[in-house]
Amino acid sequence: MDFQVVVLAGGTSKNLTPLVSKEVPKPLLPVANRPVLYYVLHQLEQSNLKDLIVVVEGKDAALLVGGWISGTFVDRLHVEIAAVPEDIGSAGAIRAISHHLTANDILVVSGDLVSDVPPGAVAANHRRHDAVVTAMLCSVPISGPSESGSSGGKDKTKKPGRYNIIGLDPGKQFLLHIATGAEIEKDTRLQKRILRAVGEMEIRSDLMDAHMYAFKRSVLQEVLDRKDTLQSLKQDVLPYLVRSQLKSEALSNRIPRAEENGNEKVSSQNNQVMVSQILANASTPSFHDLCSVSHDGSAPIRKTHKCCAYIASSSSYCARLNSIQAFMDINRDVTGEADHLLSSISDHNNIVGPSTKLGTKTTVGPHCMLGEGSEMGDKCQVKRSVIGRHCRIGSHVKVVNSVVMNHVTIGDGCIIQGSVICSNVQLQERVVLKDCQVGAGFVVTAGSEYKGESLARKEK
Amino acid sequence: MGAQKKGATARVSEDPEELARHPLQAILLADSFTTKFRPITLERPKVLLPLANIPMIDYTLAWLESAGVEEVFVFCCAHSKQVIDYLESSDWSSQPNFLVATIESHNSISAGDALRLIYERHVIHGDFVLISGDTVSNMSLTQALQEHKERRKKDANAIMTMVVKQSKPSPITQQSRLGTDELFMAINPDTKQLLCYEDKAEYSKGFISLDKTLIADNPSTVLHNDKQDCYIDICSEEVLSLFTDNFDYQHLRRHFVKGLLVDDIMGYKIFTHEIHSSYAARIDNFRSYDTISKDIIQRWTYPFVPDVLCGNSAIRVERRGTYRASEITLSRSAQIGPFIVIGQGTEIGNDTKISHSVIGEGCTIGSNVTIEGSYIWNNVTIEDGCELRHAIVCDGVTMKSGAVLEPGVVLSFKVVVGQQFVVPAYSMVSLLQQPTQQDSDEELEYADSSSGNVELPSAKLNGDITSDLSETRHGPTSELGTGGVGYIWSIFEGGHDEEWRHSVAPIPTDKLAKIMLDKDEDEELLTQDGNVLSPSGELKSDSDANDSEDGDNEGSRDDYVSFEKEVEATFLRAVHENVKVDHVILEVNALRLSYNMASVDCAGAIFYSMMKLAVESPHSSSSELHRNAADVITTWQNLLKSFLHDIDEEIEVILKFEEICLESAKEFSPLFAQILHLLYDKDILEEDAILRWADEKEGADESDKVFVQRAEKFLQWLREAEEEED
Repeated sequence: MDFQVVVLAGGTSKNLTPLVSKEVPKPLLPVANRPVLYYVLHQLEQSNLKDLIVVVEGKDAALLVGGWISGTFVDRLHVEIAAVPEDIGSAGAIRAISHHLTANDILVVSGDLVSDVPPGAVAANHRRHDAVVTAMLCSVPISGPSESGSSGGKDKTKKPGRYNIIGLDPGKQFLLHIATGAEIEKDTRLQKRILRAVGEMEIRSDLMDAHMYAFKRSVLQEVLDRKDTLQSLKQDVLPYLVRSQLKSEALSNRIPRAEENGNEKVSSQNNQVMVSQILANASTPSFHDLCSVSHDGSAPIRKTHKCCAYIASSSSYCARLNSIQAFMDINRDVTGEADHLLSSISDHNNIVGPSTKLGTKTTVGPHCMLGEGSEMGDKCQVKRSVIGRHCRIGSHVKVVNSVVMNHVTIGDGCIIQGSVICSNVQLQERVVLKDCQVGAGFVVTAGSEYKGESLARKEK
Repeated sequence: MGAQKKGATARVSEDPEELARHPLQAILLADSFTTKFRPITLERPKVLLPLANIPMIDYTLAWLESAGVEEVFVFCCAHSKQVIDYLESSDWSSQPNFLVATIESHNSISAGDALRLIYERHVIHGDFVLISGDTVSNMSLTQALQEHKERRKKDANAIMTMVVKQSKPSPITQQSRLGTDELFMAINPDTKQLLCYEDKAEYSKGFISLDKTLIADNPSTVLHNDKQDCYIDICSEEVLSLFTDNFDYQHLRRHFVKGLLVDDIMGYKIFTHEIHSSYAARIDNFRSYDTISKDIIQRWTYPFVPDVLCGNSAIRVERRGTYRASEITLSRSAQIGPFIVIGQGTEIGNDTKISHSVIGEGCTIGSNVTIEGSYIWNNVTIEDGCELRHAIVCDGVTMKSGAVLEPGVVLSFKVVVGQQFVVPAYSMVSLLQQPTQQDSDEELEYADSSSGNVELPSAKLNGDITSDLSETRHGPTSELGTGGVGYIWSIFEGGHDEEWRHSVAPIPTDKLAKIMLDKDEDEELLTQDGNVLSPSGELKSDSDANDSEDGDNEGSRDDYVSFEKEVEATFLRAVHENVKVDHVILEVNALRLSYNMASVDCAGAIFYSMMKLAVESPHSSSSELHRNAADVITTWQNLLKSFLHDIDEEIEVILKFEEICLESAKEFSPLFAQILHLLYDKDILEEDAILRWADEKEGADESDKVFVQRAEKFLQWLREAEEEED
């Protein structure tokens, strides 16, 4: 497949402090003891999309990510690492690497996507409709552990703004409207023109833009060049393309020009156009075609382009790691309901590394994961939690609904609930943490109790 | 009417206990409270106008009877006497199991008034069907009624079920088919609850707006542009009391339905029932009259077609959709058909060609006449050599030889068209003079004329005055040629470009293309450039407000946003309708009081509206934009000035302008200094204000000073000028 994949891996996201740090940029945050980026790359590999550009914010982070990828996916994927400055937005990132893009179609995936939706299906859907952009949509995840209820309060502040308002045609193939960000809080305004053309539009607020897009390269580059104020793919570029789909005056006349420049490419491109036209004609004409046909010959023929949607089936898993809550949810889900994302699950529905040592009367519940080389003392309880590699955990420790990263030392009698403990943290005896995040290398003194706090070392 | 009876009995047996309690009732509004059928309706009520030679109300009543309705209350207002007389003389008054009662009113001016009156009479018990007397349908009510009742059992707030129908899938179908306004409905696909109903394009022209709570409450909503409102409603008793409680409700859709949906009164809900294979449509204007007549002739409305409905005066249906009554005198050389109806006792002369038309009873049509797509009512005389295309010709009209009706002409009762006279396209001709006073509210007109002028037309119908008229209007001076009688109504304001929209004549192709283009135009402006507008296509008014009133609480910010919107709407209306500046000032002041805003806010909001207007006018370069802005500012400078009483308000305008440049319309930012200068030249801003603004900004962040720097040259110049003066 002539597809180039751009993975926007991000850098040290502010949303995720204190989880991310210079040593652990966002793409390397562990999800079930694997960097989150692994899940995207794995899915791409499965779909045989092997030509990748991984875009990382910040040079240091790029080195770290690059090191990990070349260690893990050596020979399996053809990966280029590109470092871009921070805070230039996803559209800016694409602009920065624009000269690397050569294929006809570009698949842009967010590096924090944890999903079992095959990217190949999105790409195929894109090709089939000869679309300018295809966006993958998934159901809005139900956030927060339902049984503990402890994080309920935090959800309220985060939940709005996480989903989109999406307009689809009756066949659910075309994307007719998309509202993102602050717009969701306002009244939805829909173009009557699109409504007239399509007759019927379904407005969904239970779908979410999963940040996996297939773009036609020529159009994407054209749009990014012409509109230098567009910052984000999700909030600017996609809505712009969707909005202008029935009159893409500039976008469509770009294509013939492209054919003129590269003489040697003309034949192959012509073929490509032919194939996609045949494919597009095979299906019944869409409203785009109907709309672009003039009604009596006197009206000018309008240019249209297609914006498609690929809707992941409701049973598939799809989540983005873009908040601390999401980090916990995804860790829980990947070891729990979405455990098919991991290949090795034991009979007890949990994964215990081969070289872990468990003390007597220590129980590890279902949907848990214990990294290799970790040791646990006597009478410990682990429920719905992920514990990293080489952790030392004392006796009478309770870990519930939490994520413990690597090399963490936990003293006797600690109780950890709904918290994230980053690497190299030391918890002394009888520490009680509830809904806390503890940054890397932090030391929690014996007997202290924290609730809903974020603990991290002071920046030097 | 044997066929329909079957339906009635079937219905009774299906649901005996329900009907035992309440016979199914219906309210038939025999008055449309509009003026779309003028001048005809000055003399005859709309429901008695013939549709394929049978009065409209008969179609409605016949359908109600077949659908199992047992009691119908016919509400008459305009020409009530004629309606009552007709019903008394017809079979409807003597039907077993089908009671037709009339309710008469002389002062109702709207459907709302009618329903309030009916409520006072206490005749409705339980669910009822609400329909107007100009609706043709053959749908079965059984399923819709059942759905309605089941919903009521579960949720007492489901008080109305509206019947909708899929219209043909073409962007302009609604215009071209029924001539009705385009309609947008939002329906919950699972519950079929109606969530939004918008039939008039309001200020948000290119966009339709859905309330955020609506989206939040419904994970999935389907917005339809492809549905047609059949104006058949199944209502519960509460509907009547709601009209009484909300005495300002007039129009069924515009006030009642929108009121329920928007204001969320008592949590009442409206649901829809979609019909697929059966027919339902309402005659709203001449275009739908034409369309529905054709549908009847082509038997889409079966069993409500002329030959079935008119049991007594045997109408024969022949091939090619020809309906012939008895005693027709037809010349051998006449070419008849396809799709025509000819009434009893009509004579048709040699070599006459008739197609796609309805000819009433007792007409005399001469030789060499061409009739195409026209509706000729009873006792019309058409002399030799006339030509009629897409016209409506009422009772008793005489067309002298060689007269021509161009498409879209309506000849009201007893008009005489002179020899060889060509009546221009879309003319309305009547013996009555056009009412001089054009009421602004269209709903009032019909009622006014009906209550006030009823005597006049009936007198004229008797023919007493006709002779006088023909004397006075005789001779070459007549508007309708030699020997013509009648007045050609001038097309009144506003209707001028719209005449073709509602006419019987097919829409000319160039107009069709124009509709399409017109519709796009306003959107073109809004979406022209992604830079100008935020993704919603709207200037980010609330972010402006955020910045200016950061410290304030949520409520006042919201207030300010809606205030700004109101001011903008007022301003746009002023621009489009040429409202005087004084009036705008009054209106804005009223808004200011109702929103409890300071006059500083008014100045800001008006300036914002002006800039928004400038940015939305078409422009391709910044110099054009500058010109737009200059035009707007010049035209409306007095308006803005009247809100600039002191220097603080002027500074507010500058600050507002900065915001606009920064956020909503970045296109302005290169023009900042130029426009500032312009405002200064126009004496809108005083130099003190500008300098003070610059001083205030002195201590601000670097990012905040962008525009001060842009305007540095101008500021320099101002300062120098000041020094020189000193």
